[in-house]
Amino acid sequence: MRLLGKTSWLELKLFLREPLTVLFALALPLLVLFVMGGVFGNEVDADYYRGIGAMDYYVPAYVALVTASVGLISLPVHIAGNRELGVLKRYHASGMPTWIVVGSSVITMFVIALFSATLLVVVAKLVHNIVWPASSIGVAGAFVISGLAFAALGVLLGAVLPNARAAQALGVLLWFVMLILGGAGPPPEVLTGVMDAIGAITPLRHAIRALQDGWLGLDAGLSWLVIALVFTAATAAAIRFFRWE
Amino acid sequence: MPAPVVTVANLQKRYGSFTAVSDVSFRVDEGEIFGILGPNGAGKTTTVESLQGLRSIEGGEVSVLGFDPRTHAAEIRRRIGSQLQESALPDRMKVWEALDLFGSLRAGGREWRELLGDWGLGQKSDARFGSLSGGQQQRLFVALALANDPQLVFLDEMTTGLDPASRRVAWELIRRIREQGTTVVLVTHFMDEAETLCDRLVVIDAGTVVAHGSPQGLIERYGGGVRVRFSHRDGDLAWLWDVPHVTEVQRNRDRFEVRGDGPVLAYVAAALVERGIAPVDLRQERATLEDVFLSLTEEESE
Repeated sequence: MRLLGKTSWLELKLFLREPLTVLFALALPLLVLFVMGGVFGNEVDADYYRGIGAMDYYVPAYVALVTASVGLISLPVHIAGNRELGVLKRYHASGMPTWIVVGSSVITMFVIALFSATLLVVVAKLVHNIVWPASSIGVAGAFVISGLAFAALGVLLGAVLPNARAAQALGVLLWFVMLILGGAGPPPEVLTGVMDAIGAITPLRHAIRALQDGWLGLDAGLSWLVIALVFTAATAAAIRFFRWE
Repeated sequence: MPAPVVTVANLQKRYGSFTAVSDVSFRVDEGEIFGILGPNGAGKTTTVESLQGLRSIEGGEVSVLGFDPRTHAAEIRRRIGSQLQESALPDRMKVWEALDLFGSLRAGGREWRELLGDWGLGQKSDARFGSLSGGQQQRLFVALALANDPQLVFLDEMTTGLDPASRRVAWELIRRIREQGTTVVLVTHFMDEAETLCDRLVVIDAGTVVAHGSPQGLIERYGGGVRVRFSHRDGDLAWLWDVPHVTEVQRNRDRFEVRGDGPVLAYVAAALVERGIAPVDLRQERATLEDVFLSLTEEESE
């Protein structure tokens, strides 16, 4: 455990030394918040946004989006890049266990996602006076399970993609498709049949649902179960396909 | 008889239909610097990576520190140090952080401050890996390889890409590792390096061991004997044929080349002086490991 702590702390320091990735992780959610908040405000419209204010709808969605961006973009780029450079091979030859390498990356990304999400919520509260979560436990639980599911997907992508550039390209593509169709962009109510159907199978749709349900005290559907399945399947696949070089 | 640290018998390794290693056998004894030589693509890296459990093994028997890399790779890695070809650290990792991390992989690992001083990296403690020169990176890799206080270290192409001065420094480092009681397996394609450093070595070509022995022994066996050269203006020196250990005498105008074996130089010099001839340029041209290597690997390709 001491080694996991040391490695995670080192990973976090390495992350903070990359100014552009830090900016990306912290500024992008805020940028989306300002644009969408400026356009839609926080007025209630019964036809859209599950019948609540746009910002009350979007902020939990953006919290889910943060876990997706860290999991689908930052983590695969990090793992595939380290394999490409021979860093993983170096670790492997030194007897570093796989679970330390993967675990420390996941912990680091979790810390970043948590920080980014907190910043987002604080700014949203100040600017749009959004509602506070109805169930703190529900929100925290949904955040953790979403974070784990996207982290597992990220480790899987990092394991199967040959290099950092491929990881970046595919990660951004997946993230963008999920953003648009998963419910962090246009509300699902305005998506046409096919788009909505595709959106319904994206993990982000269910992560958003789970976070909103906890936040707004809405009906908790099967979303939790779907995310848990994504997490289990991605973890199994990541263990199966992980490569050191 | 020192205990064998590594034994390899008939190692085989294929990548798909390509056979990287078809038959490699050798043993490494405790406390020696053992060389693995060969041209690029001969199977050297595959061999040492197999020993570290980084490659699956298709055939043969391998034992490293008493463990089989197929079943006990983790046990082996805990006890060895490794400097790998084509491996790196994150550019933004600092020198002390790397040493601290690798030192904590095993209980009883070395204190990083100690390693910093040992390997002349004290000034570079806070420098990022990406900002180090090639020589400094190599020193860091050696320090990292020793961070777990290993019984055996593998150094793969350690001096490739270094300038001549840095290479000499690296040689000093390798000697120091051995002085600390650690056995060294050195993979190289530089013959001068092998000749200077190695106690014993194998030459691998196209996945097979083509020669093994001490550098001196290989030179004597494959180096084509000893050549003695000198200049002499007048007179017929046909009597040189009768000097002990001489096998051949060649003359090109006033330049003589006498071939022979073992102590031929001493006999030729004595015979010349006896006849009142004292050439100022009398010298022996020793074959080097490079000659041996070229003759061995050329034969293979013919």
